[in-house]
Amino acid sequence: MPPLLFYLFALITLGFGLNVVIARNPVTSALSLAVSFVGLAALFLSLDAYFIGTLQVLVYAGAVMVLFLFIIMLMDIKAEVLGGRANLSAMVAGVLVAAILAVQIATVSGRLSQSEATLQTAPLQLSEAAKSWEARGKQNLPTISRDLKAGNLPDAKLMGETLFSKYAFHLQMVGLLLLVGTVGVVALSKRDKEASPS
Amino acid sequence: MAAFFANIDLTFLIVSLVKIVGFTFAAVLPLVTVCVYLERRFSAVIQDRVGPNRVGVPLTLLGFKKDVQILGIGGLFQAAADGVKFILKEDFTPKMVNTFYFWLAPCLTVVPALLTCAVLPFGSELDFSFLGLEQPVKAVIADLNVGPLYTFAIASLGVYGIVLAGWASNSKYPFLGSVRSSAQMISYELSLGLSIIPVFMVFGEMNLPKITQFQDAHGWLILPLWGDGLSVGRWILWIPMLISFVLFTIAMFAETNRLPFDLAECETELVGGYHTEYSSMKFALFFMGEYAAMIIGSGLAVTLFLGGWSIPFAPVLGLDFKEGATPLWLGLLHMGSFFAKVLGFILFFILIRWSLPRFRFDQLMKFGWLFMFEAALANVLLTAVLMIWFPVK
Repeated sequence: MPPLLFYLFALITLGFGLNVVIARNPVTSALSLAVSFVGLAALFLSLDAYFIGTLQVLVYAGAVMVLFLFIIMLMDIKAEVLGGRANLSAMVAGVLVAAILAVQIATVSGRLSQSEATLQTAPLQLSEAAKSWEARGKQNLPTISRDLKAGNLPDAKLMGETLFSKYAFHLQMVGLLLLVGTVGVVALSKRDKEASPS
Repeated sequence: MAAFFANIDLTFLIVSLVKIVGFTFAAVLPLVTVCVYLERRFSAVIQDRVGPNRVGVPLTLLGFKKDVQILGIGGLFQAAADGVKFILKEDFTPKMVNTFYFWLAPCLTVVPALLTCAVLPFGSELDFSFLGLEQPVKAVIADLNVGPLYTFAIASLGVYGIVLAGWASNSKYPFLGSVRSSAQMISYELSLGLSIIPVFMVFGEMNLPKITQFQDAHGWLILPLWGDGLSVGRWILWIPMLISFVLFTIAMFAETNRLPFDLAECETELVGGYHTEYSSMKFALFFMGEYAAMIIGSGLAVTLFLGGWSIPFAPVLGLDFKEGATPLWLGLLHMGSFFAKVLGFILFFILIRWSLPRFRFDQLMKFGWLFMFEAALANVLLTAVLMIWFPVK
């Protein structure tokens, strides 16, 4: 991806992210966050991570933010639109936290071993990866090695393989947690039949 | 700056542009008008009426003796007349609406619907060697490895149009309609996504062109009648695939807000649903978005389950796709096959619309969450278990 497009999408992500905080109308804030997610997804695509980029749109922009918007719609938002006085201490604290986070990220990413590498100096070595997959014998998934040989990065397949072999236990734990959460929500939101005859 | 422009592959850009304009604006959008015509004529046939059969190119307005009927079929100009009517009507914006979002909402319905065209393979390969192109042109705008996921991701953005239309109208009926419609779309998105996971498991692939090529050589997914499709394994896997097809089709009906799931525009309860306050071309855009989503949905169903551009019994007839060696006439024939199948599927959409009554809203929600969701999950499990003994190579 040309650097020009990177700056364009970075600008979209950050600009609309800023708009989330400063917009008066909650609907505008929610939609700005959705646009910001789409910009972030485009940045993922520029890193050849098509699967993550698509999921970013599918899950965050397409499902989570729609639910947010749905709730905002159901509430009366006249007070927020008219606006009150700006809360100065909250603004200062917000800027401070953001600055600390930025410094942290900059220090950590500067110390990584790959931080000097660019897409030109560290190209994807797909054919080597295909060979190492084939050397795994029985554990080789033919669909992955075939894609790698053809020069495509099978990111969705690789991610699935890693999730279900290396992190299988963690995945099951997350699944269990979600199940508990779902059951909890059903139990909490279930109406008491005797209390409200309808 | 010169180096920047030198890096751009001009042939690729021009070919992509031609594909985008050709498929999206010269094929899908005209298909919308064809759909409108088919809807009117087909419903007339079902209800034992005549339907629009007179409208032709209105030459009588210019002093000629007779209107010209396109292809000799009366009424084909009806859709164009509808379009002109939409443009000429007063574009009225009510006073109490939130103007910016009121204008944004119709765009947010049409644009995602048209964007989803990008990953649909509408043909195999077109050999343009006589134009000086060395590689045959792939008949798909973007050959993504995550094709169906991209379609779902962009299509899920279409909900914003409906939510905003209801909210920005600042009126009770549109609001209720949009709440209903978005709740329905969010609920059925789950079953839509889950219902085709078994398909990806069988193919081991999410790339739509590759899925179609596989079906071309080894038999369509739910009609495995040639090649390797005649093995026992494929026919045992046919059971979960058929369940998957039925679930996918039902969820697709709900996603596109078509009857029997068109709760959003339940006239007896809601006046007109989320687009009650809209008039003229803005209303037409909602209309177009709905039909475009229907066409893309049909295209996706055809690509996944009915072989996409593949011609029935292609390897037997010698009409199958050979990578890099498909003559131009065969490529065009494949394109024709794709559009014929899509039209057939659209006719099925219309047939269902005019034969089934509308669901009640609680029935719809119950059906989505208590049957569709569980059935789709169980189908994933069934496919996984069956694939232990009958893997597809």
